[in-house]
Amino acid sequence: MAAAAVAVAEPKTKYDRQLRIWGDQGQAALEKASICLLNSGPTGTEALKNLVLGGIGSVTVVDGSKVEPSDLGNNFLCNSRVNKECLGQSRAQSVCSFLQELNDAVKVKYVEESPGTMIDTNPSFFSQFTVVIATQLPESSLLKLDGICRAADIVLVAARSYGLTGLVRVSVKEHCVIESKPDHFLDDLRLHNPWTELKQFAKSIDICDKDPVVHKHTPYIVILVRLAEKWADAHDGKLPSTRQEKREFKDLIRAHMLNVDEENYKEAVESSYKVSVTPGISTEIRQIIDDSSSEVNLSSSDFWVLVAALKEFIANEGNGDLPLEGTIPDMTSQTEYYVSLQKIYQAKAETDCLAMEHRVKNILKRIGRHPDSISRAYIKTFCKNARKLRVCRYRSMEEEFNAPVISEVQKYFADEDSCFAMNFYILLRAVDRLAANYSRLPGIFDSEIDEDVPRLKVAAVSVLSDMGLNGTSLSEDLVTEVCRFAGAEIHPVAAFIGGVASQEVIKLVTKQFVPLMGTFIFNGIDLKSQVLAL
Amino acid sequence: MASPDAEAPPPTEPERWRDLDILLSRPGNLVHATFQPSPGLRDDIGSFVEVLVVGAGGLGCELLKDLALSGFKNLHVIDMDTIDVSNLNRQFLFRVQDVGKPKAEVAAKRVMERVSGVNIVPHFCRIEDKELEFYNQFQIIVLGLDSIEARSYINSVACGFLEYDSDDKPIPKTAKPMVDGGTEGFKGHARVIMPGTTPCFECNIWLFPPQVKFPLCTLAETPRTAAHCIEYAHLIKWDEVHTGKPFDADNAEHMQWIYSEALQRAELFGISGVTYSLTQGVVKNIIPAIASTNAIISAACALEALKLVSGCSKSVLNYLTYNGLVGTHIKVTEFVRDTDCLVCGPGTLIELDTSSTLSEFIKMLEKHPKLLMSKASVTHEGNNLYMQSPEVLEQMTRQNLSIPMFELLKGASFVTVHVSGMAESNGNKVSSLRKLRVLFKGVEEASKMDTTESS
Ligand SMILES: [Zn+2]
Repeated sequence: MAAAAVAVAEPKTKYDRQLRIWGDQGQAALEKASICLLNSGPTGTEALKNLVLGGIGSVTVVDGSKVEPSDLGNNFLCNSRVNKECLGQSRAQSVCSFLQELNDAVKVKYVEESPGTMIDTNPSFFSQFTVVIATQLPESSLLKLDGICRAADIVLVAARSYGLTGLVRVSVKEHCVIESKPDHFLDDLRLHNPWTELKQFAKSIDICDKDPVVHKHTPYIVILVRLAEKWADAHDGKLPSTRQEKREFKDLIRAHMLNVDEENYKEAVESSYKVSVTPGISTEIRQIIDDSSSEVNLSSSDFWVLVAALKEFIANEGNGDLPLEGTIPDMTSQTEYYVSLQKIYQAKAETDCLAMEHRVKNILKRIGRHPDSISRAYIKTFCKNARKLRVCRYRSMEEEFNAPVISEVQKYFADEDSCFAMNFYILLRAVDRLAANYSRLPGIFDSEIDEDVPRLKVAAVSVLSDMGLNGTSLSEDLVTEVCRFAGAEIHPVAAFIGGVASQEVIKLVTKQFVPLMGTFIFNGIDLKSQVLAL
Repeated sequence: MASPDAEAPPPTEPERWRDLDILLSRPGNLVHATFQPSPGLRDDIGSFVEVLVVGAGGLGCELLKDLALSGFKNLHVIDMDTIDVSNLNRQFLFRVQDVGKPKAEVAAKRVMERVSGVNIVPHFCRIEDKELEFYNQFQIIVLGLDSIEARSYINSVACGFLEYDSDDKPIPKTAKPMVDGGTEGFKGHARVIMPGTTPCFECNIWLFPPQVKFPLCTLAETPRTAAHCIEYAHLIKWDEVHTGKPFDADNAEHMQWIYSEALQRAELFGISGVTYSLTQGVVKNIIPAIASTNAIISAACALEALKLVSGCSKSVLNYLTYNGLVGTHIKVTEFVRDTDCLVCGPGTLIELDTSSTLSEFIKMLEKHPKLLMSKASVTHEGNNLYMQSPEVLEQMTRQNLSIPMFELLKGASFVTVHVSGMAESNGNKVSSLRKLRVLFKGVEEASKMDTTESS
């Protein structure tokens, strides 16, 4: 028994380092997700490896090929104790046996079938998955697959490694994020517009108390609320807005210091700009509430129902503001003052959330859904993150290929940083075009590299002219490089591309953080990689 | 084990390495000036290049795999840690049965089992336990670490090999390149350090600001957050209650005690948010870590290592940051060297009287404002002049203490020596290694006169 106990890893402990990032909710979403991988070369298997380690629900590998000698040189998952044992075996099977070894909590399956055939003959196969990761697929297959996934509302992540370049592209109609968890975000303190309870609390503290201990433990929120009021009284009810006024406001704060080393006053000076923040709603959030999807009906998602409620809230209880987030940062203060402030912010957030809940119920009733069909926890998370909502919409591949936004493309070509990426993008598409004509990638044969360079250039020019970009010239060096690469899947490049693909899958599945908006182009030459929104 | 002769022959190496050889055997326009493409380049890398991977954790496991599949055949890995259950979400070479075993040994074994032809030598020890010469055998040192102190130490070792000519120009063949990776959650960095050419870790140490500590008076008098309550239990209450018994963060009972103390204190002050998980996070300063970020950063590091030895493409100049919080954001910044860097520069100049003994020299290092180094051991060109430990070496070198340095250095007027000991860094005592240039007062003049006379 003791031996068996040793060999069991408690999920809480095993996943501790990632639970600290996406929490139990994020983990639960991962454990519910089913992922399909097309092609089990190193790019795809490295992506799956990362997801299996993190405890994804299930993975299904679709690959009809057998393990070849070259797989042993670039695919860690194909190798086994004695290399040759794997040779000739199904590549999907060989990869899956390693994946299963990594984490027995994950369901690992495989289908011995070529991805191209699967796309052509069995499109309904894909509807069972949360995300499809398509690796090393030519443009034509990808285009079909994108159509299939969009129709079934399945997230598609396309990844490709090609010599020292490669790409990752996300495609889904719409992806709404509540917990975007940005790195730096202004605290929601409402110092420019304090509500009654906050004002009353600030008034209850004498900021001119001569007791040095009390004075240096008055939280900066109180100092700023009081001094902003004082400032407004002397300036026709207006808060400091010009640079000169902001400087004078800081002087006013400093004038209230008893000692130069009072940390709370230093914090007040540093945070004084928070008094002058533009009130109301940011343009990003304004765009979301003005979106036509906020006109909800029975088929609207919970997210959009909440946005509809949010719009009403702003116009009514919110008085032009969003629901309060309800948390405050740590600041120099007596415990008692700080805890009281926390409670005041929490109480206001709860009041706002309650008002939102009320509006959500009414909207649900109006559109014919059960008023309790959206959980209180969901509404609470939404309110807490109302300032950070993100809606990501992706153009379909068909739109990208057939209706390029010329102005954007030209902008990328003109920009020094993204020009390189744009060249790679065109060349990777040109490679597929050339392959369609010659049934092989350019540069495959040493003897034909010299002829393939102009051939690839011709193919690239045809891609450009189809996009309406006649006369745009490509970098000769990059044309030659792409011919040199000959579609080689170099392990570290594949691990990088696969790593990025898995990272995006995690964000898309957990609905936390903000996924890649567009096509990520890897530049393995000097690593200056870019994202193109096409 | 299957009997080898009953099976089909293993693939030939060229078949197996088809993809990698495409990159190594074909000329290109955007390659390093030294690139000499040839079908034998991979063999040369396999035969002649030795790489050290420092750390066998999240980055280290990935690095060993990536390097083994990039044509490197002689790898070493050094790590003092053993495997913990919380490693299993990303350190893909370890299984639950391996918990408690040395990371370096298990990682080396697993990669060798899967990639035939690669040899990985594990070192289950502290990086400071190795002689400096150990580090000199490698053409590249790849760092997969999560501590600033360890990075700083390896950086000073590698930069210590850099020699300068009489015009204070670095001598390129003595430069030991490093590739350094680091991650935290969805963010990471990868950089190439070419001592003497690109900034070393110490040149840009400001990129790694020290962790902010809570003032003790906040913990003792005005706690406001859950973390304050936890640190109070950890840093103040533990010692009050357990006189003389050191706190051990790996002891579950100790951690449980901190947690319940913190909880009590939080209740007393009306503070919410103390959980066992947060207690562990605060006390052990846990950095969140996931497989995907480690994979991305390690892959970039391995690719740069391959470029450094082969020249098959340009190198990153010189610092890449990855941020996956919003999209996939990659930025490459070209940082510049600090020409006054104590670590990658020519060395701190120390002036000595010809009569100063080794023991006086060691005392002087303690007070030197740029060094503040205590308990120094001193080496010169690989020879131990004085070693604080191990005991055998201490006894062997003790008699040197009373001998003048001038005599020990055989009457040379201007000499480079390496000293290692404990130095102050951000208020902590850390292992430190410094290169010093010792100039003997009065001697230089004499030698100059000699040259004038002879010319
Ligand atoms: Zn330096």
